Amino acid sequence: MKVLVALKRVIDYNVKIRVKPDHSDVDLTNVKMAMNPFCEIAVEEAVRLKEAGVATEVVAVTVGPKAAQEQLRTALALGADRAIHVDTSVQTDAPVESLAAAKLLAKVVDAEQPGLTILGKQAIDSDNNQVGQMLAALTGRPQGTFASEVVVDGGTGEERLKVTREIDGGLQTVALPLPAIVTTDLRLNEPRYAKLPDIMKAKKKPLDTQTPDELGVSVSSGLKRIRVEPPAERQGGVKVGSVDELVDKLKNEAQAL
Amino acid sequence: MIDYHAPLRDMQFILDELAGLPDLAALPACEEASPDLVAAILEEAGKFATGVLAPTNRQGDLEGCRLEGERVIVPKGWQAAYDQFRESGWLGLSLPEQYGGQGLPKLVSTPVWEMWFSSNMAFTMLPQLNVGQAEALLIAASEQQKATWLEKIVSGEWAATMNLTEPQAGSDLAATRMRAEPDADGDYRLFGQKIYISYGEHELTPNILHLVLARLPDAPEGVKGLSLFLVPKYRLDADGNPGEQNDVRCISIEHKMGIHGSPTCTLSFGDQGGAVGQLVGEPHQGLKTMFVMMNEARFGVGVQGLALGERAYQAALEHARERVQGRNVVSGEMGLPILHHPDVKRMLVGMRARLLAMRTFLYTAAGWFDLARHHPDAEVADRHRRYVDLLMPVAKGWCTEVGNDLCDEAIQVFGGMGFVEETGVAQLFRDARIITIYEGTTGIQANDLLGRKILRENGETLCELLDDIRACASSVGEDERLAELAEGLDEMLDALAATTDWLLAQGKDQTAALYGGAVPLLHLLGTVCGGWQLARAAQAAQRQRDAGEGDADHLADVIELARFYMASIAPEAAAHARAVRDGGRVLARFPEGGL
Repeated sequence: MKVLVALKRVIDYNVKIRVKPDHSDVDLTNVKMAMNPFCEIAVEEAVRLKEAGVATEVVAVTVGPKAAQEQLRTALALGADRAIHVDTSVQTDAPVESLAAAKLLAKVVDAEQPGLTILGKQAIDSDNNQVGQMLAALTGRPQGTFASEVVVDGGTGEERLKVTREIDGGLQTVALPLPAIVTTDLRLNEPRYAKLPDIMKAKKKPLDTQTPDELGVSVSSGLKRIRVEPPAERQGGVKVGSVDELVDKLKNEAQAL
Repeated sequence: MIDYHAPLRDMQFILDELAGLPDLAALPACEEASPDLVAAILEEAGKFATGVLAPTNRQGDLEGCRLEGERVIVPKGWQAAYDQFRESGWLGLSLPEQYGGQGLPKLVSTPVWEMWFSSNMAFTMLPQLNVGQAEALLIAASEQQKATWLEKIVSGEWAATMNLTEPQAGSDLAATRMRAEPDADGDYRLFGQKIYISYGEHELTPNILHLVLARLPDAPEGVKGLSLFLVPKYRLDADGNPGEQNDVRCISIEHKMGIHGSPTCTLSFGDQGGAVGQLVGEPHQGLKTMFVMMNEARFGVGVQGLALGERAYQAALEHARERVQGRNVVSGEMGLPILHHPDVKRMLVGMRARLLAMRTFLYTAAGWFDLARHHPDAEVADRHRRYVDLLMPVAKGWCTEVGNDLCDEAIQVFGGMGFVEETGVAQLFRDARIITIYEGTTGIQANDLLGRKILRENGETLCELLDDIRACASSVGEDERLAELAEGLDEMLDALAATTDWLLAQGKDQTAALYGGAVPLLHLLGTVCGGWQLARAAQAAQRQRDAGEGDADHLADVIELARFYMASIAPEAAAHARAVRDGGRVLARFPEGGL
C-alpha cells in the first residue's frame, strides 16, 4: 500500500511571533521556519507503517513556496521514499488557503492513488483544521480525523482501517474502508530524530516539482485578511482575601458566574 | 533546569560568510558539504542537542558515577542517550566513509560538536574519545588492526579510552612507567597503573578499547621510549566478538569538582599475569602519534570553552530577562527585569561579543584544518598548516580561559541564585574548570606558543599572521563606517608587533623572564585574534546589509558587538603586552624564598 503524507512549512513553534507594524500579517522576515508539528506526527506514522510492512512506499507532498523543499528533505531524512513539491510561488507569494491546498492535494491523490493519505489535523500558523476534511470531500474518500491510533488490519482487498479519534467526550473508534484520509492528533506518536546517514541520503532521493497550473488549480484567494493583532498582553492578577470575595468578584467583575 | 537552543543563526552566518564553507565545498574532497545539506545537519543536530542531551545534563551532575566492586555505574540517563546518539550516526560525522563515517570536513563537525558540548559536556566526552582514538588508529595502526577495530569505534558500538597519565607522569609523559613485554603469541603483556582515565570503565557498550602509552623492555629513557598499545576490555574470540575478560580493572574513580557524569578511573593493568594488547605503529614512536593528534585534541578542548560559555550565556540572559529587581537608574521605574541595569547588560553584551569572537576564530581555524588537508595548492595547504600549528595553543589556552570567565560571569548575573546549585549555572562553572587543565594546562599551551611556535622559528609564522591581520585592518578601514574597528585592531596589532620584536631581540639569559610572560603573551594573541575575527565579522555584516541580504537586525548587532569588543576588551591587549615585557622581568628576579 502506498501512503501519501502531506506536510506544511510553518513558523517554528519556538519562535516568538511578531506581527507586522501595518497589521497585515505575521512577520516572517528572517524567521526560523520548520515542519508543522502535527505534520511531523503524520510523517512519523507513515514511516512506522512502512517499517511495520503495511506501507510499501511513503510519498511526502507539500504545497508551498520553494523554501518548503527544506521540509520535504526533512521528511525524506525521516524515511519518506520520495517527495512532491507543489510550488505555489509561481502563482502567489501569499499563503495558500485551505481549499486551494485541498484541491491541489486532491490532484496529487488522483495521480498517486495512495491507499492512505495522512495529514496533520491543523497547522500551527493559521490553525484552520480544514485541509484533511476538504480533501476527503473532494476525493470522495472516508476520513478519520484527530487520530490517536491508526490500525490497518485485514488482508488484501478487505483491508480496513481502524482510527481512534480524540473527541470531546473521550475516544471514538471508527472503521473505514481504504483508500482513506487520516489526520493526526498530538498523541498519535512521538516523532523520531533524523539520523545523520539518512540526512545525507535524503539529498539523493527524488523530489518532483509541480505547479498549480500543471495541476489545473488556481490558488487565487477567496478570502480577504482584514487585520492581524497579537493576543492581548496578560494582565496581572489580584489576591483575594476570602472565598466570599472571590465569588463576589467572579460574579460582578468577571461576570463568570 | 537550563534549556539549550543551538545558536544556529550565528553558526550559519560564520560558516557561510567568514569560515569559508562555500569555498571549501567547492574543493573535490569536500563537495558533500553543500550549504543546504550543512543547514539540514545543523538543524537536526540542534534538535537532538535540545531534546536528548540537554535534558540529561543536570541529572548526570546530581547523580554522578559510582564504583560497585569493579563495576562503574554511570548516570541513569546515559544509556538511552548514548544508544540514541550512536544509532543516529552522529559519531562518524567527520570520520572516513571507508569505516562507516560520513567523511564531512572539520568545518561542519565543529559546530555540531559545539552543540554536544553545550548540551551535555560530561556525556559528550564519551563519544569524543571514540573520535580521538579513531584518528590515532588512522595514523598509526596496521591495515589489519584498522579492519578489526575501526568500524566498531566509528559506529560507537564499542567505546574507546586514552591512557596516558600515571601518578608520577602527568604533564610530563617522559616519566611513564607502564611496561609492555612481548609474549609468545606475538602480542604484548602490559603491567602498571593509569590514572585519570575518562570513561575507563562502564557498561554502556559491550567492549571498551584502551589505547595505552607504555614502555617496551628495550625502550630508551624519556619520551623517545614510549609505544602505543591497544588493549581491549574483553579480548576478541575467534569470531571477533568480545570474549574472555582481559587483565584490566578499574580500582577507583575520582570525586571531582565537575563533569560528574563522566567517570574518571584508575585502571590497573596486569595484576593477574598481564593485560594482553597489540602494538600500534612502530616501537618507541607512540608519542609521535600523540603529537600528530595534538592539534586536533587541543582544538576540541577550545571548542568546549566556547560551548560552555554559550550555555552559560543563554542561562544568564534568560535569567536577566525574568528576574525582577531594583529601580531603573534613568526612569526610577520599579518592577523591571534586571537586564535594564547597565552593568548586567554590560556583562551580557560582553559575553555575547566574546562568544562571537571565539566562535568565528574557532570555525575559521576549523576551515584551516580542512584547507591544510584538502587544498590542491601545496603552498596554500602549507600556510594553513602553519597557522594551525601556531594558533592551536591559543585556540586551546585562550578559549578555555575565556570560557571559564563566561561561566563565572553568568553566576554573577544570577547573583545569589547562581551560587546555589539549584539554578544549574553553578554546574557549568564547575564543569568548565577542567578545560584549562586537561590536554595541556594554560601554562603549557603558553610555553608551547612561546618556545616551539615563536622563538624556535624566529617568529616567522607569527609575522606572516601579523601581516594578514594588518591587511584585514586596512581593508576594514576603507569603509568609513567601520573606521573605529580598524583603529582598534591596529592599536592591538601595534602592541603585538612591539611585543614580538622585543621577544625576538632577547638573549638566552632572558629565558626565565620570557617564560614568566608566556601566559600574558597567550592572552595577548588570543585577544588580538578575537578582535581580528570580529572586524572580519563586522565587515561581512556591513557588506550583507549594503546588499540588502540577511537579517538586518542581526547584522547590525554583529557590528555593534565588534564595536563593544574594540571599546572594552581590546584595550586589554596593551595591558597583556606590558605584562609580557615587564611582568616577566620582575618575576625572574623575585626570590622563591620571598613566597
